[in-house]
Amino acid sequence: MTLTVFAWAAGIIALCAFLMSGRLIAGPTVADRVVALDSINTLVVALMILLAVIYDSVVMVDVAIVYAGLSFVGTLFLARYIEGGV
Amino acid sequence: MVIFVFSVIVYLLLAWSGNGIDMAEVIIGIVLGAILAFAAKVWNPRKFFSFYGLNPARWGMFIIYLFGPFLLGMIKANLDVAMRVITGKIRPGIVRINSGLKGTLATTMLANSITLTPGTLTVDISEDPEGGNLFYIHWINVTDENPEEGLVYGTFGKWARRVAE
Amino acid sequence: MNALIILFLIVGTLFNFLGTVALYRFPDVYTRLHGTTKCTTFGSIFTSAAVVLFALQKLASSGEGRFGTLAVHAVIAVAALLITNPTGAHAIARAAHRSGIMPKFAVVDRLAEDQKKKGGVSA
Repeated sequence: MTLTVFAWAAGIIALCAFLMSGRLIAGPTVADRVVALDSINTLVVALMILLAVIYDSVVMVDVAIVYAGLSFVGTLFLARYIEGGV
Repeated sequence: MVIFVFSVIVYLLLAWSGNGIDMAEVIIGIVLGAILAFAAKVWNPRKFFSFYGLNPARWGMFIIYLFGPFLLGMIKANLDVAMRVITGKIRPGIVRINSGLKGTLATTMLANSITLTPGTLTVDISEDPEGGNLFYIHWINVTDENPEEGLVYGTFGKWARRVAE
Repeated sequence: MNALIILFLIVGTLFNFLGTVALYRFPDVYTRLHGTTKCTTFGSIFTSAAVVLFALQKLASSGEGRFGTLAVHAVIAVAALLITNPTGAHAIARAAHRSGIMPKFAVVDRLAEDQKKKGGVSA
């Protein structure tokens, strides 16, 4: 019963991440696209933690931790690129 | 020193399998923490053996701050943003505030708190020639063009001074 | 306990959805950053809190160690998210302002005024 609710929540969050890619494609400036990418990364981390419960595997949470760190580094590099430093 | 302690604690938490920890894991954690601490010496060679940042009273204060005013402000911020998303009423602007903070740790903590709490987002930080750090804050609902500290972020400035300076 | 878990999941999903709406509804980069950073961080904290509660409940009822591992690792992931998310938002906002994207409908922009003043002095 509870697992069904977990599955629905994961589905809705995946749908939100998919909808955000609209701004990723259409954003008028590069900064808008980076904002969309950053939020998609956050949602993917949340989704991975939910999927760890649904598929009953702890390894997915470890992947989520590493993904959070790597996406942070990616965001910093993209910010440097917008600023004109790279 | 603070880097060493943190690395060991986080490594042991990640290595804990739910049934206790091997002695081998503890030794690996201490070796890795020492390597990281020596690598970080490049950035800050003076504070290598100091116990700065390990004061338990400050950590207790930080926990109280995290679950008290910060959590409350975060809930308020999200309800506020939800209302603005639905109604679409905004009046944005970038205002300037002198926080009076000097330490890097306190500045970081205040900037992160500001970003996660009602209607404000830190855009840039620069040093004031008269002392203290200047915060440039994007405020989503400007009511005063030259605001005081309390109007924008409430008591967070006091908390940051108490915890991290 | 189950009701609390379901409530946390619903609240978290709702805020994540609001973050998506904010991304489309607000007019410029800075206001979009407001909406997405706050809403997605808060929503992710709530869904992860539901996971932690679920794991603790399983740990209490079955006594298997791996559920304890799940709870601890989820807390570490949320802590990483809570530190890195606002920092990334600062980086984006500062880079956007320095690259010349001005806030739309702004009533006041002290940062641009100060930069102009500084440029005037040095030039």
